[in-house]
Amino acid sequence: MTGTEPLIQLRDITKIYGSGSAAFQALKGIDLDIHTGEMVAVMGASGSGKSTLMNLLGCLDSPTDGQYFFGGRAVEGLTKEERALLRRHFLGFVFQGFNLLARTSALENVELPLIYRGISRSERRKRARRALDAVGLLPWEKHAPNELSGGQQQRVAIARAIATDPSVLFADEPTGNLDSKTSVEIMDLITDLNRNRNITVVMVTHEPEMAEYARRKIVLHDGLIATDDRYDKHVYEAARKEAV
Amino acid sequence: MFWDALAIAVREIRRNLTRAFLTVLGVIIGVAAVVIMVTLGQGATESVTAQVESLGSNLVIASPGRSMGPGGSSAPNFQSADATAIRDAVSEVRAVAPVRSLGVNAVYLQEDWSAQAMGTTTDYFSVAGWTLAQGRIFTEAESRAARPVCVLGDTLVKELFGRQDPLGAQIRLKNMSCEVIGTLEGKGQGAMGNDQDNIVALPLSTLQRRLAGRSGSRDVNAIMISAKDGTSTDRVVSAVAEVLRQQRDIRNDEDDDFSVLDTKQIANALSSTTQILTLLLGAVAAVSLLVGGIGIMNIMLVSVTERTREIGIRMSIGALPKEVQLQFMVEAIMLSVAGGVIGILTALGSSYLIAQGIGVPFFFDPEINLIAFAFSAAVGVVFGYMPARRAAALDPIDALRHE
Repeated sequence: MTGTEPLIQLRDITKIYGSGSAAFQALKGIDLDIHTGEMVAVMGASGSGKSTLMNLLGCLDSPTDGQYFFGGRAVEGLTKEERALLRRHFLGFVFQGFNLLARTSALENVELPLIYRGISRSERRKRARRALDAVGLLPWEKHAPNELSGGQQQRVAIARAIATDPSVLFADEPTGNLDSKTSVEIMDLITDLNRNRNITVVMVTHEPEMAEYARRKIVLHDGLIATDDRYDKHVYEAARKEAV
Repeated sequence: MFWDALAIAVREIRRNLTRAFLTVLGVIIGVAAVVIMVTLGQGATESVTAQVESLGSNLVIASPGRSMGPGGSSAPNFQSADATAIRDAVSEVRAVAPVRSLGVNAVYLQEDWSAQAMGTTTDYFSVAGWTLAQGRIFTEAESRAARPVCVLGDTLVKELFGRQDPLGAQIRLKNMSCEVIGTLEGKGQGAMGNDQDNIVALPLSTLQRRLAGRSGSRDVNAIMISAKDGTSTDRVVSAVAEVLRQQRDIRNDEDDDFSVLDTKQIANALSSTTQILTLLLGAVAAVSLLVGGIGIMNIMLVSVTERTREIGIRMSIGALPKEVQLQFMVEAIMLSVAGGVIGILTALGSSYLIAQGIGVPFFFDPEINLIAFAFSAAVGVVFGYMPARRAAALDPIDALRHE
């Protein structure tokens, strides 16, 4: 990974919520490089700042101070609109609560980000079907979220995230609402996307077993990075076998 | 993007069809009310104008009292002599017909029907623009002799005789037996919604002596004057007024206790009343359209709150605030425009039926329909803007967390 420019670079990122005496410093100076193709797990107790970090990385929020380079471009000072465009073209999201549109078919849910990209209807259909196929849900394309199991819903969410071929997939507690067997299936799917489609994955989780899927594990503590461990390939494989 | 916003709006509306319908009901009622009121009002105005003008452009009518219609009846009636005085004094006059009218019950065998008896002279038929259907009108000789002869209006012919031949039949008016010598072509409904054909015309002298009873036997209710072709009715109106002032001994410092109007003035007087009414009713209806708009705003605000999470999802996957705003605007406009279209269709259907019911011509005015439609669309824009702005201003993180 060394030698090439990192996809994501954070330099001394701080985030303060509120102001005056009520101010709360969620992040106290984060330096972080993430390279293309990495799979990173962000861990930490609640209140450690991992959700804040995730929102900043996913350009849903902007930092109070510090620099954020995405693909070499400074993005920390972008407006709401510019951040939306960045998300539209480069980022994909998977949430703990799936966040699918209710009463809307799986296919239409997957089509949604393609609509905002201005892709023609037929091309949209094609790409959405391909993405659904990639998560093994093509037979369920007409089903609404309430007609699908939790695991299936999360697969639809993943299909929606990858339909646009994003550079980075952000997963916020992707297995938080799932049973252990389904969790493993979802993690296998995400790992597969990372390894075979070269999608960079940044995942927030508080479950150590899930973090084992990642090759890099960052632990936040009190707004700072406590540990940043990379596993070499063998350790990773061994850990993964154990987890399965 | 616009078409997608449209597709999303359609889906959102279909998803909650009952609520969408109840929401637009306000606009439907508002638009329909405006269009119905104005359509019927214009129909009424049209019919008033058309009816009065059908009397002929050279007709002048003198009636006792300051103004037309009820309320002006305290002034004394005209006398038969007044009509003669007008004929003698005003050179522009072609014919003068004094008219004494009174309600009577007309009886023929077992049939009876209440109608308006018009006591008048032979000139009446040409002055008032009647066409003879059958038989003849009464002669000067019959007039002088106060003969019991009468000419029937179309309604009376139908009610009393059906398909029988009325000519030569004897009908009874009060206690007088009277021979039918002619019938008139139908004229249809009058300016005030009355039936003009429900009349029986007979010589003035016959009516005054045999029907009117003892009191005021020389009285005349109105004088109809027909001006010569090519003369100005304004001149006739003032000349007639002058004669009547002399006849009625009105001093110079006193106002007229009668009115003399030509058909144009009558039409204006009548239609201005209906126009004001139309305007008033239309304005009341427009208020209900406004209320309908507020209903849409209310539902859109509820919808924004309800769909906060959806907005968060859309924003997280890259929807711009202005795209979210567009989506909600399109939805609001679509609701109000749908309401406008349904309202206009409802209005056209029901005003057509109502017009038939109350006997007013159905008058389609594209202008008011366009205005009502544009107004309903504007309602969507105005009342959709605030909810849409609120949706667009949401923060994606907060919106996603919203339960």
